[in-house]
Amino acid sequence: MAKTVLLIEDEVNIIEALSFILSRDGWDVVTHSNGHDANEVITRREPDLVVLDVMLPGKSGFDILRDLRRDPRHQNRPVLMLTARGQSKDRDMAEQLGVSKFMTKPFSNTEVLDAVNELLSR
Amino acid sequence: MLNVLIGVCLAYVISLFAVAFWAERASMRGRANWLRSPMIYTLSLSIYCTGWTFYGAVGYAARSGLEFVTIYLGPSLVMLGWWWILRKLVRIGRAQRITSIADLISSRFGKSNGLGVLVTILAIVGTTPYIALQLQSVTLSLGAFENSDTLSDNTAALWVGAGLALFSIVFGTRNLDVNERHHGVVMAIAVEAVVKLCALVAVGVFVVWGVLGGIGPVLSEIDASKVATWDVNGNRWIALTFLSGAAFLCLPRMFQVLVVENADEGHLHTASWAFPTYLMLMSLFVIPIAVAGLKILPIGSNPDLFVLSLPLSLEQDALAMFAFIGGFSSATSMVIVASLALATMVSNHIVMPIWIKWSEHRVREFGDVRRIILISRRFAILFIILLGYIYYWISGGGAALAAIGLVSFAGVTQVLPAMLGGIFWRGANRIGATAGLLVGFSIWLYTLFLPSLGNVYSAAFLAEGPWGIWWLRPQALFGVTELDPLVHALFWSMSLNALTFLVGSLISFPTPIERLQGAQIVNVYDHSPTQRGWSGRAAQSEDLMIMAQRILGVKQARALFQAEVQNQGGQGYLPDPTPEFLRTLERELAGSVGAATAHAMIGQTVGGTSVSVQDLMAVADEAAQIMEYSNRLEEQSRELTRTAQELQSANEKLTQISIQKDAFLSQVSHELRTPMTSILSFAQILRDGASLKGQEQSRYASIIHDESVRLTRLLDDLLDLSVLENGQVNLNIATGRVQDLIDRSIATVIAGDAAMQMQIDCKIPVDLHSLTTDLDRLGQVFINLISNAKKYCDAASPKLQISAHQSGSDVIIDFVDNGIGIPAQDRDFIFEKFARVGEQKTGGAGLGLAICKEIIARLGGEITYLSGHRGAAFRVQVPVNFHAA
Repeated sequence: MAKTVLLIEDEVNIIEALSFILSRDGWDVVTHSNGHDANEVITRREPDLVVLDVMLPGKSGFDILRDLRRDPRHQNRPVLMLTARGQSKDRDMAEQLGVSKFMTKPFSNTEVLDAVNELLSR
Repeated sequence: MLNVLIGVCLAYVISLFAVAFWAERASMRGRANWLRSPMIYTLSLSIYCTGWTFYGAVGYAARSGLEFVTIYLGPSLVMLGWWWILRKLVRIGRAQRITSIADLISSRFGKSNGLGVLVTILAIVGTTPYIALQLQSVTLSLGAFENSDTLSDNTAALWVGAGLALFSIVFGTRNLDVNERHHGVVMAIAVEAVVKLCALVAVGVFVVWGVLGGIGPVLSEIDASKVATWDVNGNRWIALTFLSGAAFLCLPRMFQVLVVENADEGHLHTASWAFPTYLMLMSLFVIPIAVAGLKILPIGSNPDLFVLSLPLSLEQDALAMFAFIGGFSSATSMVIVASLALATMVSNHIVMPIWIKWSEHRVREFGDVRRIILISRRFAILFIILLGYIYYWISGGGAALAAIGLVSFAGVTQVLPAMLGGIFWRGANRIGATAGLLVGFSIWLYTLFLPSLGNVYSAAFLAEGPWGIWWLRPQALFGVTELDPLVHALFWSMSLNALTFLVGSLISFPTPIERLQGAQIVNVYDHSPTQRGWSGRAAQSEDLMIMAQRILGVKQARALFQAEVQNQGGQGYLPDPTPEFLRTLERELAGSVGAATAHAMIGQTVGGTSVSVQDLMAVADEAAQIMEYSNRLEEQSRELTRTAQELQSANEKLTQISIQKDAFLSQVSHELRTPMTSILSFAQILRDGASLKGQEQSRYASIIHDESVRLTRLLDDLLDLSVLENGQVNLNIATGRVQDLIDRSIATVIAGDAAMQMQIDCKIPVDLHSLTTDLDRLGQVFINLISNAKKYCDAASPKLQISAHQSGSDVIIDFVDNGIGIPAQDRDFIFEKFARVGEQKTGGAGLGLAICKEIIARLGGEITYLSGHRGAAFRVQVPVNFHAA
């Protein structure tokens, strides 16, 4: 059974692009487009990988990550953070919070696929 | 005989030099406490007894009987009864650092240099006959030994004068002392006082027991002599007693020894009984000598020389020699002190003011001033003694000694009203003092001094007065004829002097400094501390230490004192307060508190002197300067604080701006990266995706297209905003109707979205004025507001109502839709850049309203969110006629 990737992102075009390339690569892609209930969705879906945007309506990606790492069920869940806020302090913040991988937009598709493959150890 | 005499004289003078020299050395080493003993002080007062007293008293007694006693009575009464006047004078002298009687008068009356000069001249004129008198007594006494021509009278007088000048110069002007004290001179005249008393007593003892045969025979001889039978003139007695007492206070040389050379007020207590005793001893044998002289010596002998001629005629050469030395002592001590006192006055009140004025524009140094003072004093001494010699030469040396002495006394006594009035009456002022002095002095010159020179007035002048004005006769002013010439002159000069002084003071007003000085001097006991002895040296150093610690700080003061102890080679931690050390200390203190203050402090501590008004004024000046300086510092400090605050707020603003810029860049970055992410991703998909369906391909291509448009629009908005914010925008002012502008805007929005569902309801009054503004920019705002309504109005059948009306010189256009509106908490920041409300994704970057706000601000108007409507409601208000800001 293919592993599941949960994509939390609010830009419809980016959701479409990422869904397309990840599905084509053989992953099960689930999407969610706001921050409010992102943590509940993760708990419910138990994805093998979370791809997380930072600027989300309702709750920022940093807050979602922080809450995730405080939850013992999700402490080791791989999280790939993708953000358009490309400043170094954002990267520092993410790493401090325990991100698995941090990438800035725009990205090349192969980069993302490589990262996902690496995180899911295939 | 004459050679022996001259030899003895020289030896005596040399020994005096030695004594003076030794005393100076001892006082400089600070080991001469006994030099300042009350006995030395009392003996120094004996310069009152001059050659006149020594020789002349006997002559006086031989001529006028007991009247000579008045000369001793006056000073004795002053010492016994009025020592409190002296005490006040001494205290004032100390407190005000008075250097002479001229200085006292000048200081009291507002530091008036005119008065100083007047008193100085008066003193010189009054003292000149007296110096002549001394030269005469020495010359006469020389003549008593030898009636030869080997030495003419004038030559002898000249030599004596030169010798005295030399002594005065050597010991009076060797150094400048702040207190004008001359220990060497005082010591020498104390020795001379003892010598002259012993000489006179020796002659007296010889006459009583050696010649007349004991006390009993003496008394009977006196009864038999005409000396005792001379009638006593009451007027003359009163006048002479008053005169000698007044002269005792006013004579410059007496002021010098009484006040200036006084080291301790307490000495007056001793002097008040010791000095009258001295005078009594001096007068004790006058009558017996006069009686014996009249009895034994041939008729026609000069009674002024009885003291010498009695032992000589009885072949007691050694005694005669001793008597001569006694007379010599009397004469020399007077001349030395008098010339010294006068020289101080001349240099301080005449030479220095002129020199200071003359050298006003030259650089002055202390050494320079000091040199000038010393040189001027030396010349003044020479000049004064020369004047005495000239007077002696002109008057021919014939007049009786006592007569000359009394003329002199009457002259200097003219200072008395100003002096006593000055120290006891605060109402006394400069005008009164000057007028009184001038009046008294003129009357004295006219009625006493000029007649004393001999043939100055013709007999007719004396008998009928100048130009025949009878009441101006020199010896019978205002027709008063029955008085003795001396009493007459004294009466008129003193009474008119005092009256003028009184009236002058009453009708004129003192200057402020006079008032201050008057208060300081009249109330000297309130303003000066109790006199402390000079013996308390350690205590003095301790006081200095305490003061220095306060000002310099404990550590620095200790270091300074310790260094001085080592410098002096002493032990302990307190050095002797030598003048050098005091100067050093004063300089150190001056660095902290200013020169005048330092000077006043040191003076207060060391001399026990109270601070003079001038000192206080200098201190006040300094304080004012320091205050001004500190005010300036305070002002500067305030300015600095202000600047620092400004800098801080500027810094805060900059930080704020930096934070804002950061946030802005972050936002812009996000807004740019987001569409680019889609573009890049789909472009890669298209590039690599051979297996894509045709439908997919065209969909992805259109996404790339839309995101590119979004990017372009974003860049346009950013640039537009940047231009608007920087104020570099060029406004294109034109006139048009509001209705037309709104129609065009609606048309533009519809053109971009042909399928628009929203209904627009426009209510513009027909009579609304045309607008004169940048119509394109205003249209841009309208388009933005209409587009926003179209995008965000979520009603089932969206509707936008546009209405306009005029309000004063403004036009107001409202845009109200029927959606849910903007939540209250968001309304404050919807005009900020990148502000987006809610979670809708509409492709806008959130710059629209920010741009609107900037545009309306440029056009001089305002865009606001209208609360109180159900839907979103914006109000644009712009002036009908645009005015460039």
